[in-house]
Amino acid sequence: MPNKNVIFEAKDLVKEFGHGKTHNVVLKGLNFEIEDGEIVTIVGGSACGKSVVAKHLLGFMQPTKGELFYKGKKITNQRDHWQTVQPIFQDPFSAFNQFFSIRSQLEDSFKVLYKRPSRAEIKERVDAALLAVNVMPSDLKEKFPFELSGGQMQRMLLARIFALKPQVLIADEATSMVDACVRANILDYLMKLKKELNMTIVFITHDIGLAYYVSDRIFVMHDGGIVEHGTPDEVALHPKSNHTIQLLEDIPDIHKDWIKRKRA
Amino acid sequence: MSIFEAKHLSLHYLTRFGSKVHAAVDISFELEEGEILGIAGESGCGKTTLVSGLSGMCIPPLNYTSGEIFVSGQPLIGRPLEDIRENVLAKEISMIPQGAYNALNPTRKIKDLAMDVLKSHEKGKANKKEMYQRIHNRFELLGLDTDKVLNSYSVQLTPGEKQRSVIGISTLLNPKMVIADEPTSALDVTTQKQVIGVIFDLLEKKVFSTMIFITHELPLLRHVADRIAVMYAGEIVEMGTSEQLVFSPKHPYTQALMSAMLSAEEGARKRKPEAIEGAPPNLAEEIVGCRFAPRCKHATDGCKKNKQEIRIVDNRQVRCENAK
Ligand SMILES: Nc1ncnc2c1ncn2[C@@H]1O[C@H](COP(=O)(O)OP(=O)(O)OP(=O)(O)O)[C@@H](O)[C@H]1O
Ligand SMILES: Nc1ncnc2c1ncn2[C@@H]1O[C@H](COP(=O)(O)OP(=O)(O)O)[C@@H](O)[C@H]1O
Ligand SMILES: [Mg+2]
Ligand SMILES: [Mg+2]
Repeated sequence: MPNKNVIFEAKDLVKEFGHGKTHNVVLKGLNFEIEDGEIVTIVGGSACGKSVVAKHLLGFMQPTKGELFYKGKKITNQRDHWQTVQPIFQDPFSAFNQFFSIRSQLEDSFKVLYKRPSRAEIKERVDAALLAVNVMPSDLKEKFPFELSGGQMQRMLLARIFALKPQVLIADEATSMVDACVRANILDYLMKLKKELNMTIVFITHDIGLAYYVSDRIFVMHDGGIVEHGTPDEVALHPKSNHTIQLLEDIPDIHKDWIKRKRA
Repeated sequence: MSIFEAKHLSLHYLTRFGSKVHAAVDISFELEEGEILGIAGESGCGKTTLVSGLSGMCIPPLNYTSGEIFVSGQPLIGRPLEDIRENVLAKEISMIPQGAYNALNPTRKIKDLAMDVLKSHEKGKANKKEMYQRIHNRFELLGLDTDKVLNSYSVQLTPGEKQRSVIGISTLLNPKMVIADEPTSALDVTTQKQVIGVIFDLLEKKVFSTMIFITHELPLLRHVADRIAVMYAGEIVEMGTSEQLVFSPKHPYTQALMSAMLSAEEGARKRKPEAIEGAPPNLAEEIVGCRFAPRCKHATDGCKKNKQEIRIVDNRQVRCENAK
């Protein structure tokens, strides 16, 4: 029996895609635990398998080998799973239906829940969520997805979470398209929610500054495996894995030389 | 002479209800040959809108409201879209749109996408073999496995390979200027560095000379851009060298932006990034006074009422009457 504070437990998680020439082992035996109320950030280069991990945590995918437990049980019924575990998807442009207003889609996202709040409460919660992502509810009135900028769309995905208030949030590159001020505001609100609900958050990001700031623990992934994990100080200030060291070196830093343009 | 100039340029979207969203307002700047101008600002402030207008691709519901654009001294506004497509895009100005590398046609190989660009601009001039050789030579500069990439479909490539291919394709005709809208914001840091390296290589080899680069990553902008323009609610609120804007910003919004940066360094966990409450003004409504005043810590009775004009403060442009 896993410890009762452990919310996710992965045992030798393997995911393979394709067969024959296209056969591809994407997750190569992952072992990890995520505790209730913890903020874990997964960082790593592109195509190392971060989003595939997220899809397993959300019950969108089943492992080829190994096991994944949520509160000690395997994820069998997705609808049940989504009562408490909710995502922010990586690509905001494709996450909304272009033919319906954003407001109606935000309100409709409550349909996933078995126990829905009243209409009035849904409206109230959506309004509060919009303010938390620096959008005036009145400015959004009848807007459709194609009338918003990339970063505004991404903020709508965040607002959806702020309204739903799930127990567990899986956020895949959730702030990659917003400016630093909006990001600060979003993190502020997310931390408030986290305290209020003892929310568990899994961030997936290549923004190591963000990982360092928000996380309790950081996992560094490379080529389908976790190559290093630990507290932000351990991972970002005293990295042991060469992959982590490389990642840290590649972050543009305002004070350090990063890349020089050779003038012709 | 500047190779590109915008003079008091304003753009608006005509909405389904007939109202106008003024998404870029009174934008003026000049670009010298060889310069890289970075644009940063609040998401939704009008960066993508502005660069659509700058490239001449102003397609309804987006419209020019007023102002002028000069490309190598020639006026751009007023020319028919067909003319712009044929004679300006890809030749004078090349645009790398936000999220372009995810929008590559998945049913065609990279070499065919590249061929299309050459064919559409040089009808009947060159033969196929010669064109392919040119594409091949150009892709050699991108640090890719050239033959593999050219013969792949976009879905078979990594994000880094796709983005470098996009850059290769959009600079095939040696445009004078490239406009890149968040070209690295979905890439991991290692891939981002590669892509910037490729851009610098192309600049050095004079494939193109001038660039407008949009990103939310200020540390990145500091390394890439010579000058930075910061936008808020449709306006440029501050423009100066990247050193000036990053290390001694004068406009309160630029200052807020800089102090909200996060970094992975000792002690950074204890510094809370500065959040600004509230929302930017509705761009469909008339705005009185400074656009940032309702959210500004330093707002005064004066700037809440007065429309803010560009002033020169400490050798850079600032749209704030109180900036010192
Ligand atoms: N088709 C449209 N109709 C009406 N308003 C629009 C339309 N497209 C964009 N807008 C509005 O114009 C403003 C500027 O949008 P734009 O895409 O230029 O922002 P941006 O600065 O590029 O933001 P981001 O950093 O998020 O990409 C936004 O407020 C947006 O809601
Ligand atoms: N549904 C799928 N079918 C086949 N391959 C996939 C699928 N989803 C992801 N992959 C592959 O798995 C690898 C890891 O992808 P992903 O987790 O999305 O990377 P990232 O770490 O950038 O989020 C990539 O090589 C990708 O092509
Ligand atoms: Mg991903
Ligand atoms: Mg944009």
